[in-house]
This record gives sequence, structure tokens and C-alpha cells, in this order.
Amino acid sequence: MTRPRLPANASRLSTGASRQSRAGVAFVAGYVVLLIAFGVLPTGYAVYYAFTDAGGAFTGFGNFVDTARDFRFVDALGHVALYLVFWLVSLVVFVVALALLLHRLASGPLSRTLRFLYYIPGALAGAASVLVWLFMLDPTVSPVSSLLEVLGFDTFGEVIAPGNLALLFTVIAFWTGAGGWIVVMYGALNNIPRDVMEAARIDGASAWQTAWRVQIPMLRKWIVYMVILAFAGGAQLFVEPQLLSLASVGVAGRDYSLNQLTYDFAFQMNDVNGAAAVSVELLVVSVSVAGVFVARSGFFDAD
Amino acid sequence: MPTETRRRGGPPRHLASRLLVGSVLAAFVVFFVLPVLWLLLAATKTDQQLVHDSPLSFGSWDALSANWQALTAFQDDIVLVWLRNSAVYSVLALVITLCLAVPAGYALAMTEFRGRRALLVATLVVMLMPNATLVVPLFLELNAVRLIGTMWSVVLPYAFYPFGVYLTYIYFSTAVPRDLLAAARIDGCSEFGVFRHVALPLATPVVALVGFFSFVANWTNYFLPYVMLPESEQMPIQVGVGSLLSNVPSFNPTAGSLAVERPQLALATLVAITPVLVVFLFAQRFLVSGMLAGATKE
Repeated sequence: MTRPRLPANASRLSTGASRQSRAGVAFVAGYVVLLIAFGVLPTGYAVYYAFTDAGGAFTGFGNFVDTARDFRFVDALGHVALYLVFWLVSLVVFVVALALLLHRLASGPLSRTLRFLYYIPGALAGAASVLVWLFMLDPTVSPVSSLLEVLGFDTFGEVIAPGNLALLFTVIAFWTGAGGWIVVMYGALNNIPRDVMEAARIDGASAWQTAWRVQIPMLRKWIVYMVILAFAGGAQLFVEPQLLSLASVGVAGRDYSLNQLTYDFAFQMNDVNGAAAVSVELLVVSVSVAGVFVARSGFFDAD
Repeated sequence: MPTETRRRGGPPRHLASRLLVGSVLAAFVVFFVLPVLWLLLAATKTDQQLVHDSPLSFGSWDALSANWQALTAFQDDIVLVWLRNSAVYSVLALVITLCLAVPAGYALAMTEFRGRRALLVATLVVMLMPNATLVVPLFLELNAVRLIGTMWSVVLPYAFYPFGVYLTYIYFSTAVPRDLLAAARIDGCSEFGVFRHVALPLATPVVALVGFFSFVANWTNYFLPYVMLPESEQMPIQVGVGSLLSNVPSFNPTAGSLAVERPQLALATLVAITPVLVVFLFAQRFLVSGMLAGATKE
């Protein structure tokens, strides 16, 4: 195959470079196959299904309108939105604060031990974390049952009343997810050049001022990265409400989150087109939110 | 709290602020660790003890072994089958991920080829995409090629791991100098030889990191296998313990005659997380050094 015209630096490309180029293609080939099969194709498939009906005929936004009219849709949307607010705020505030505090402890064994202890629940991601919290929230067996009773909850059913769910899911997600981000933020804090910190100290900045004026601005990209991934993850809330509905003695329904709705559309109501429409909506919202954050924060800018 | 030698100087902190920091950090230790501790102890109790004894008391070894017996007796050792499934799916996917993601990250960072930028952008975009959202279309796609109900319906999607590609890409482009590779080429190394004998040994920390994250992600995934593998004998342990839950009478009054008691559910949860904890203990050294890879580069 003849090479197309290359930009000015093409003259640097020698036979060695074309050898490298071939090797580069060989090295990525396997990954590209997976990327197409499990990234690009399902996305395309979802978009195709979202705009067609069961017979394959084009329906425009029909599926989007139909699913939005479903009596459960608006509720599920509200639930997920409220959960996202709780989840993102708690993640940003506590993860950044804890990483800064741990960093101030110096890099001794205490800080390392605390990071390890905070990370442990990370191993319980998925169904395990929900199961643990079902126990924590059941006043008959919980180690903090006295706390639950002080708060006015005497039975499991009262704890998991629908109004509390967004907060409870936040606690569960924070419990499993925060430790990993604390490790990441701690590493990022270590990456702040020593002379910058030194300069702040010589200028007489207090710990609070250093954190607010120097460290947090320099963590910005990591915080943005965390928010983007946490938003995408949170918008797809599934396992927590799904398991809770199994265990709630009928209190929590199977239609709390949007993702539960997609599951229901696809596998209970046999409406894959409706499910795909909701999937595409989640996709569009997550990618746009990511786009806004990326654009406004200069995420891709080189420092 | 022991006083550490602080790396940065500054005026000595007041006792009050020290106490405040200490109590905040301690409160979070309780929050993160107490449920795990409770879980460890719950597995050693009978259901009676769970309700009536102090929550943080140790039950007995007898009760633990009885719980294990009851758990394994549930549907003829199905718990062991679930564990084996999880191990097979996670490890197979992990091997494929490492074989494909590490060379891809290397090539993206260290070689020039057509489509390189497009591939980087596609990888970033796919990373931002909510994976669970793609589960339904993935189901449709795999259904079209008749893989639903086979283990490949979860192994292959698990093996696709853009986060790992990105991680290796960043690592190679920041931590490994191109001159080193050029020197190896001048010495007559083939492109594969350069990768195998020069780049790969330098990349041990990031390979471990990718391996760890991939394993944990595969092991803890719930939604994908929940959809793809409905048969009980095919479930991984995560979906399995979820289905155990519906057999616990105190959570689900309609549970049938095959009732599972709460301490057995706690034990099943413990069994489900143990492999991840073990891997985490081994990977911790790499996790810390991997996260700090940039910090040592001066």
C-alpha cells in the first residue's frame, strides 16, 4: 500500500520507522478487535435498536417518548439524580479531605496502615458490599443498632423506607469506593513538586491555606477524573437497589433506578428497543457530563 | 497517635487540631472497618447468637464449621461451583487482558502508526462510557452470535479493558525513555524483542497494577453475568450470593424450604471477598509504587 502524503516531519520516517509502524499495528491488533466487538459495536447496536421498533422499522424518537411516558420513568430519574448529588458531593468532599489529612501525617507507617484500612471495603465491591450493609442496617443484628434506634429506626423496614434509599446507597457506594480514590489522591498529592510546597511554607501559608490554594488546585484533574467516572458509575446504579428489592420484605421495588428499568424493559417486558432507548439516554447524559467537565477543566491540556 | 517525623517543617500543630485530625481519621477507620470486622465474627455464630449476643463477640469454631457445612450443603456444593466459575472467568479474562492491553499501551506510547490518535481517542471515549449501559446491547450482540449462556459471554467482554490500555500507555510514555528502545534496536533487537526484553521488564509495576484492577473488576462484576448467565451452575460467586439472599427468611419471608440462615449468608459473603483481599495483599506493594510512579521521577 502506498503511504499517503505525510506531514512535514515525515522526512524523519526511515525504513526503521515503517518497521516500527508495522510492529505498532501488530501490537494493537488484538486490542482493536476487542474494542470494536465490545465497545464500538454494542454502542452502535444500542443506537440502532433505540431508533427502531421490534420489526426493525425506523421509529425516530418513538421509543424515547414511550419509555419516558412509562409511569416509573420519572420516579427512577429523580431517584438517580438525587443519589448522584449525594454520592458526588460526599465523594469529592471526604476523599479530598481524607487524602489531605493522611498526607499531612507524613509518609510513615501510620498513613500507610490507614490507607490500607480505608481500602479494605474496596474488596467488597458488587453484591458483597450490599449484603454487608443489609446487615448493618438491620436493627436486630447491626453492631450499630443503638445508633439506628437513636435515629428512630426500630425495624429493617423503617430503615430502608423509600425516602432513605438515596442516602443509604450513597453510604454503601462511599464505603466501597472511597478507599481506592483516597489511594489515588494520596499518590497525586505526592506528585506535587516539593519546591511548590516549600514555597508555600516559606510564604507562611497555614495548612489550611496550602490545601486550599496549592494542593486542591493541583489535584483538579484527578478530582475531575474521579467525578466523571463516579458520575458514569452512579448513573448506572443497579446492584444495590436490585439486591435490596430482593431483601426488603417488599418495601423497595424493582424499579428504583433507570438501569433497573432497562433490565425490566429488556428481560421482563420483552421490549429491547425501549431498553436500548433508556441505555442510549444514559450514555448521552454520561458522555455529555464528561464532555462538559473535560472542556471546562482543561482535562486534556498538557501542564 | 504516634508522632511521625514530618517531611515538611512548619510550626508545631496545636494539640486541639491534632486531636481533631486524629478523631476524624479514627472515625473513618471505624466506618470502613467495623462492618468487615462484624462480618468476620458473624460467620462464627448461630442465627440465635447473631441476634442476642453482643454484635462484636466471637461465636464458636463449632458454629463456624456448622455454617460452612450448611452453606456447602445448599444445592449440593453449589457455592464451590460458583467460586470455581468466578475463578475461571476472572483468570481467563485477566490473561487475555494482559496479553492484549499491555502490548497495545506500549505500541500507543512508543511507536508511530496510522490510526494511533484515533485509537487513543476511541479508548478514552469508551472509558468514559458507562459500561453497564452497554450490557443490554452486549446481550443482543452476543445473542446474535449465539454465545449467550456460554462462559465466553462474560469472559470476552471482561477481557476488553480500556482502562488497562490507558494505564500502560501513560506508564510507558512517562516512565520509559525512547532512547532506551532506540539503543536496543541499534543493537539488532527485533521490534518484538525490544518489547519483550527491554520494555516489559521495566513495566512490571504497571502490569501488576493492570492485573490487579482487572481481576477485581472481573471478580466483583454483577450486572453482566447476571444478564448473560442465568443458569445457577454458571453463576459467578457474586451473582450466587445474590441468589442466596432470596433464600434467607429474615430478608425474604417467601423463602422456600431451602432456607439459608443469616450467618451462612455472612460466611458466603466472606468467601466471596477472600480472593480479592488475598490478591490485594500481594498487589499492595505494586499498588503503592505504581500510584507513585511519577513521584520518584525527578
